[in-house]
Amino acid sequence: MDLQLLATQILNGVQLGVLLFLLSAGLTLIFGIMNFVNLAHGSLYMMGAYVAAAVFNTYGSFLLALLAAVPAAILIGIILDRVVLAGLYSREHLDQVLATFGLILVFNEIVRYFWGSAPIYINAPQALRGTLEFFGFEYPSYRVFIIAVGLLCGLGLYLLINKTRVGMLIRAGAADAEMVDAMGTNIRRLNTLIFGLGAGLAGLGGVMAGPILSVQPGMGEPILILTLVVIVTGGIGSIRGAFYGALIVGLVDTLGRAFMPAAFNELLAKSLAQAAGPAVASMLIYLLMAFVLAIRPHGLFPVRNG
Amino acid sequence: MRQHFLKTIAATGLGLSMALANAAPAEENRDELKVGFMGVFSGGQAALGQDSYDGFMLYLKNNGGKLGNRPVDVLKADAQIKPVVGAQQAKRLIDKDGVPIIVGVTFSNVMLAVHGPITKKEVFLIGTNAGPSQIAGKECSPYFFSTSYQNDQKAESMGSYAKSQGYKRIITMVPNYQSGFDFVSGFKRYYQAPLLDEIYTPLDQQDFSAELAKIASEEPDAVYVFYPGGLGVNFLRQYQQAGLLGKIPVLSTSTTDAINLPAQRDSALGVVTSPVWGPDLDNAANKKFVAEFEKEYKRIPSDFAAQSYDGAQLLDSAIKKVKGHVEDKAAFMAALKQADFPSVRGDFKFGNNNFPIQDLSIFEVVKDDQGRFNLKKIATPLKAQQDAYHQDCPMQ
Amino acid sequence: MLSEQTRQALPLNGIGAPPQQAHDTIARAAGALHTSRIRELLPIAAIFLALVLVPVVSLFLGHTYYLDLVSRAMILGLAAMGLNLILGYGGMVSFGHALYLGIGAYAVGMLSTHGVESALTQLVVAIAVGTIVSYLIGYICLKVDGMGFIMITLAFAQMFYYLAISLKQYGGDDGLPIAARSTLPGMDLENPYQFYLLVLAILAAAAYLLYRLVHSRFGTVIRGCKQNTRRMYALGFPASRYKLFAYVISAQISVLAGVLLANLALFAAPSYMSWTLSGDLILMCVLGGLGTLLGPLIGAIAFVGLEEFLSTMPIDLGNATELITTHWLGFFGVFIVLVVLFLRRGLYGSFTAKGARHD
Repeated sequence: MDLQLLATQILNGVQLGVLLFLLSAGLTLIFGIMNFVNLAHGSLYMMGAYVAAAVFNTYGSFLLALLAAVPAAILIGIILDRVVLAGLYSREHLDQVLATFGLILVFNEIVRYFWGSAPIYINAPQALRGTLEFFGFEYPSYRVFIIAVGLLCGLGLYLLINKTRVGMLIRAGAADAEMVDAMGTNIRRLNTLIFGLGAGLAGLGGVMAGPILSVQPGMGEPILILTLVVIVTGGIGSIRGAFYGALIVGLVDTLGRAFMPAAFNELLAKSLAQAAGPAVASMLIYLLMAFVLAIRPHGLFPVRNG
Repeated sequence: MRQHFLKTIAATGLGLSMALANAAPAEENRDELKVGFMGVFSGGQAALGQDSYDGFMLYLKNNGGKLGNRPVDVLKADAQIKPVVGAQQAKRLIDKDGVPIIVGVTFSNVMLAVHGPITKKEVFLIGTNAGPSQIAGKECSPYFFSTSYQNDQKAESMGSYAKSQGYKRIITMVPNYQSGFDFVSGFKRYYQAPLLDEIYTPLDQQDFSAELAKIASEEPDAVYVFYPGGLGVNFLRQYQQAGLLGKIPVLSTSTTDAINLPAQRDSALGVVTSPVWGPDLDNAANKKFVAEFEKEYKRIPSDFAAQSYDGAQLLDSAIKKVKGHVEDKAAFMAALKQADFPSVRGDFKFGNNNFPIQDLSIFEVVKDDQGRFNLKKIATPLKAQQDAYHQDCPMQ
Repeated sequence: MLSEQTRQALPLNGIGAPPQQAHDTIARAAGALHTSRIRELLPIAAIFLALVLVPVVSLFLGHTYYLDLVSRAMILGLAAMGLNLILGYGGMVSFGHALYLGIGAYAVGMLSTHGVESALTQLVVAIAVGTIVSYLIGYICLKVDGMGFIMITLAFAQMFYYLAISLKQYGGDDGLPIAARSTLPGMDLENPYQFYLLVLAILAAAAYLLYRLVHSRFGTVIRGCKQNTRRMYALGFPASRYKLFAYVISAQISVLAGVLLANLALFAAPSYMSWTLSGDLILMCVLGGLGTLLGPLIGAIAFVGLEEFLSTMPIDLGNATELITTHWLGFFGVFIVLVVLFLRRGLYGSFTAKGARHD
């Protein structure tokens, strides 16, 4: 086994995991505290990427794009929360799933209307376009940047949740939202704050992913499915679950894709392996999720409900 | 006596004129003709369908809205890359709208679903993009004509080029579906040497970091890839970020084209690709096409547009030959088969299975004299190339 | 015997009540039964009458386009009705039911590729495979509830989706064209009119079967599970066994729909198993009215109709027409949101005032 290749793949897995974490953290909070399934989370990710690309193409600065996109995503999130979704918080999950499913379609067409169907362009800042040297192999600097940003966000969220008053309210809300409400906190404002936070993180994820993945209509759906797998595996409502779940999913998916086809080539006839390898690699994270749910139905780090 | 004489003259005259009327060609049909145009017009890949449509409409517009002197009403049908929807749309066009001709079809999976139903109903299908091997071989139909290519052909030219460039160690990387398999087999057919590795990625996988790391560690002489649409944008950008661009040459099919280039920009520089058409092909029809397209739509045309433009030209010539009488199917079929039009590709004729026999060239991504990212022809490895499946087709 | 609270929770009409009240209840019920039965059956009759008229209209128009369109709506409606058994009546949100559509379609496709074109054989194989698969999947999925159930049903559908893509010899991602419709002795299914009537007959039969099932003891238990599973256990019902049985039945109805769909489109594709199609089925149930028998059928007809209307825009609204046909998916999305927000009982449910007010 080529150790350098393994190390590269592990870094790739961590990078994917960190990107998933940005999205899962927000979604798990929204689900855990507001009891709201938000399928449009992927669309917030997409809006972040599009706003960033638009700013980048006008002013040529990635930093400016980043600074514009995240508040834009938060704003869109808050508008969504106050105007469209307010009526859904008290409804069943099924209604939330359907309504936000409809929102995905709307966002995709809005984006197509303004920017067209073809993928648009955003690139990493000049300084990050090269590679860094790691113990004898090269790794793209930009991906290291993503890992750094993701870990920083993780740290920031940890501090927010565990060391601040707002974080205390969030933790309390995750455990028992009704009680928090009963104790006098303006639950409406807390919810908007959480939704905005989630939207901002999703938008940040979109900006970070833009230079690697193409910015196009519908870019939110594939990442949405992965995010849902993460939060269910990690445990709904738990930031810690989102973090570890995201890393596990990222690593399993990446390492599976990297090594499973080769493993299949060893074990099976070539033509069968060529078809089966990628198929099983795609299924891997779903198998993982099914396995986790079978032994721990509430995920790896369930939030204890009051 | 005189009355009888006059009656005879009249009867003879009448008889003669009737005989002449039957013998002489019928009057030209100049009524409105309905033509269906099927493509993908919604969702993430809509740009491809739109480019095809724009190419077709450009010819129509510059031809006075007519094909073969008949004014044309183009009915757009959106297949959404879903075979069932494509079949549904085909039924609508044929049953409800009564079109005698359908043009287009961007994706192979839709083509496989609509080819049978359309041709069995004796409606003419002019394929302007997808060309799966099944309809070039056993399931060929005299009602189908392709002004694009048979899928494998685009890969065959690249395989031949790779061989001529002396690349010994090649890794192929394509998505795990039919078109991907077709391209790799077409490449292998003309490269004629074992591949270092064949990588297949799930169709919805967007991030190729794992596979790129593998390629970097295996250090091939070149890579051959196929990633359409947004996947192509992702792949090349990630390839560049991994530091591989410029180190390991990229041979590609349908990964970079006029639709993707604005997003790929310099991450595509130096990449070679093998569409059946490029904007700098040197013939009068092409020069006219490119100039008019850029003027009308303010962007560089892609091969999707060029193929549809040729489709429109084909129809124009054939409808003129039958004087607008498209309903005379045998005559119309023969007229189409002649392929008597100035293709933007240069030499063009149909094989026994109604797929093109054409020159296949290799193009490189460069910055043109206007500073735009564009394709430039660098080689023509296969001349008058016919697809590999024509012998399986029972047609002559 | 049973507490007042429990009796109100379970729609076990009359059972457990003191004898005298039961007598009165039954007497009153018998009288009301006649009129309420008619009121219940009237909309059902109207719908089926309308469906029977479609071929007549088609003959008049001279083409079979609308015949095929309504056939597709009925087939999707059949699948949605199957889903509704566990979704509307049982409260189990399965986001992976399109999987069974795919199993039905691929059974037809694969057998047809190998020369087996008999409808009966294809159906038997499809149901056999479908039963085994749904039993195994249901068994695992029902161990989880709530959001976990939604996700795990989705996960299994995705797994089979990728499996279908990997089947190169059966078309892989491009799908599998089917040469001809299945053969059924005494009928020529290539004839669109005969096919339509067959689909209608199957739909009616399935609707009747579901009706009997929902109003039987079994159906009552399932509906009780939707309200409160734990209570059902407390009452001594092996709820998970009932739920699994319901899941398997509901899956087979979708398998049947898949067999019909493959025949209609003469195509089997992995996209038949995509999660977006599962979402469409759920939408049809909600659109029509959860917990009503024919609601999903109405939802399916409305869904297919609206999709057709928006993407072809037969009415000209000037500049808006181009906008709508190009971006019809967006308008469709707006429609979905509005339906969820304002049409809580669904179209059919609101009309017949029978839909479950799901809040």
